[in-house]
Amino acid sequence: MRYPFPVGRSDFIQGDEAIARAAILAGCRFYAGYPITPASEIFEAMALYMPLVDGVSIQMEDEIASIAAIIGASWAGAKAMTATSGPGFSLMMENLGYAIMTETPLVLVDVQRGGPSTGQPTLAAQGDIMQAIWGTHGDHSLIVLSPATVQEAFDFTIRAFNLAEKYRTPVVLLTDAEIAHMRERVYIPNPEEVEIVNRKLPQNEEEARLPFGDPHGDGVPPMPIFGKGYRTYVTGLTHDERGRPKTVDAEVHERLIRRIIEKLERNKENIISYETYALDDAEIAIVSTGIVSRSAVRAVKILREKGVKAGLLKLNTLWPFDFNMIEELAEQVKKIYVPEMNLGQLYHLVKEGANGKAEVELMPKIGGEVHTPMEIVERVVG
Amino acid sequence: MYLKSAYEIRDKYLRKDMLPTIFCPGCGIGSALQYTLRAIDDLGLNQDEIVWVSGIGCSSRVPGFVNFDGLHTTHGRALAFATGIKLANPDLKIIAFMGDGDAAAIGGNHFIHAIRRNLDVTVILINNFTYGMTGGQVAPTALKGLRGTTAPYGQFENPFDIADLAVSAGANYVARWSVFNYLQGINSIKKALSKEGFTLVEFLSPCPISFGRRNRMKTSPELLRWYQKITVPLAKAKNMPPEELEGKIVIGEFADRDRPGLVREYEAYKKRAKKMMGWEE
Repeated sequence: MRYPFPVGRSDFIQGDEAIARAAILAGCRFYAGYPITPASEIFEAMALYMPLVDGVSIQMEDEIASIAAIIGASWAGAKAMTATSGPGFSLMMENLGYAIMTETPLVLVDVQRGGPSTGQPTLAAQGDIMQAIWGTHGDHSLIVLSPATVQEAFDFTIRAFNLAEKYRTPVVLLTDAEIAHMRERVYIPNPEEVEIVNRKLPQNEEEARLPFGDPHGDGVPPMPIFGKGYRTYVTGLTHDERGRPKTVDAEVHERLIRRIIEKLERNKENIISYETYALDDAEIAIVSTGIVSRSAVRAVKILREKGVKAGLLKLNTLWPFDFNMIEELAEQVKKIYVPEMNLGQLYHLVKEGANGKAEVELMPKIGGEVHTPMEIVERVVG
Repeated sequence: MYLKSAYEIRDKYLRKDMLPTIFCPGCGIGSALQYTLRAIDDLGLNQDEIVWVSGIGCSSRVPGFVNFDGLHTTHGRALAFATGIKLANPDLKIIAFMGDGDAAAIGGNHFIHAIRRNLDVTVILINNFTYGMTGGQVAPTALKGLRGTTAPYGQFENPFDIADLAVSAGANYVARWSVFNYLQGINSIKKALSKEGFTLVEFLSPCPISFGRRNRMKTSPELLRWYQKITVPLAKAKNMPPEELEGKIVIGEFADRDRPGLVREYEAYKKRAKKMMGWEE
């Protein structure tokens, strides 16, 4: 098939553009969105490419409708994505919960900007970490990915689709205004180099009868998409394995919600991704995610030059969260620093993980600028 | 025509394990549902190519009772979900079952934009002037003076005329009946299901429990007599001065036109895109 952008070579593009191209290579053929800074370029790229690859790109009346449309498209069999920023992300919380409850594969990109409210539309922030994980009401789980470079924005977008399909779950790609608008060299692979995962479809009548059961014992039921004669009923109400509403049965509710959470929890090792730098003999650890990691790795290099045994743990996924890994790190090092572009969100997860085994110190920064390496260094060496 | 008994229709189209329905005695939703199923049956539509979509409310529970693919979504959002289903798989026919609060209040924006786009969908709208499921709060369709738990002294706001709104926003087909207009109801749904683009059949539907009791009409027959009093056929209404139409509801067919639906428009758009990019002649 023909692609509307060059493949099998590098290109010099923005993070937003990289996300759009990656989505198309991952098989996304449905995009619904609403204009918002700094995520609009994703939509504009999709609007340009989708009709050419026989996909759909449609501008909805708001962000509520955008995520609703991609859920509908997903049940009609398409791989689907929407992208937004803080204010729109808040509006999407309602149907993000619906997607979790109905186990609908989709990718939701949140390009973080300064908040709350309209805040700083053009400047980066990491203030949506807790919202991405816990923003929708009720007990739940989902997957949150966090890229630090334009190449990672590209790679993680493909991974987001594969994880969504594999685990029948919404996946949030949590990026920020900095990565969104920054241009970097990105390798755009040939389609045959791209690993593609497709959702499980029912293999027989029995599987199709249990769209919310666990026929394979992995917590992930095959998805009987619409129009195949399965006569699937999908509801956001608490439902049994067949999808029938059972709203006052405590046992059914617990079984459903626990399976939705467990299907990710027990596959944690396959979902969680991180990178380390100079961490093996470190006495001081920096734990970071996203754009801040780029300053953090430089800070570690400077600290090492100064004779401080510092190391970096860069989190590529924010949920599910590996609390045990943080505890092991806390047993190894004397102190953990958490630089982040908010007043303390990742910090709370790290502190919970550290479990008192090491001191955890927050390095907050808000206003739109990324921590400089020297800001981190000076904080560590005092 | 219409020779099949209600039992035959029930056995063919309803999920037996989901019965009985949640509907109260005297509720009109079952009638509107029966008309819709009879229309599907008369037209000989393929059960496996229809998806029922709904939001939240009594009428939104309908997709659970019918043996079709169904998506029971969030309050007011049914048509936004339907947009995704239809564009991702244009072979599917979509029926949206909505309430008046669902469509005209919380879903008002989705409603007018789905109509503006001429989304290929048939909306069966249950208008009972109230929020039945949550216990009788006033809906945006409630006529002035009608009582609900959130306007216990009588509604003081102006009502929405949903059919009128749909005509203005560009729907291909719009009709309104009360659920007691049996033949007109079925015929309108058949017409609606046969057309492309946005089609709407609104039903005035009795809710004796949540609405009637608070408005001195405790039973369905009382609501029926009230509907007879307040409804005016379109042909007659055309010759009536506005002051006489005050507090009345006009019934009939308000729009029947053939503008291209969203699917056809998007297919043409894709062709245009490929042509503009030089991918196709």
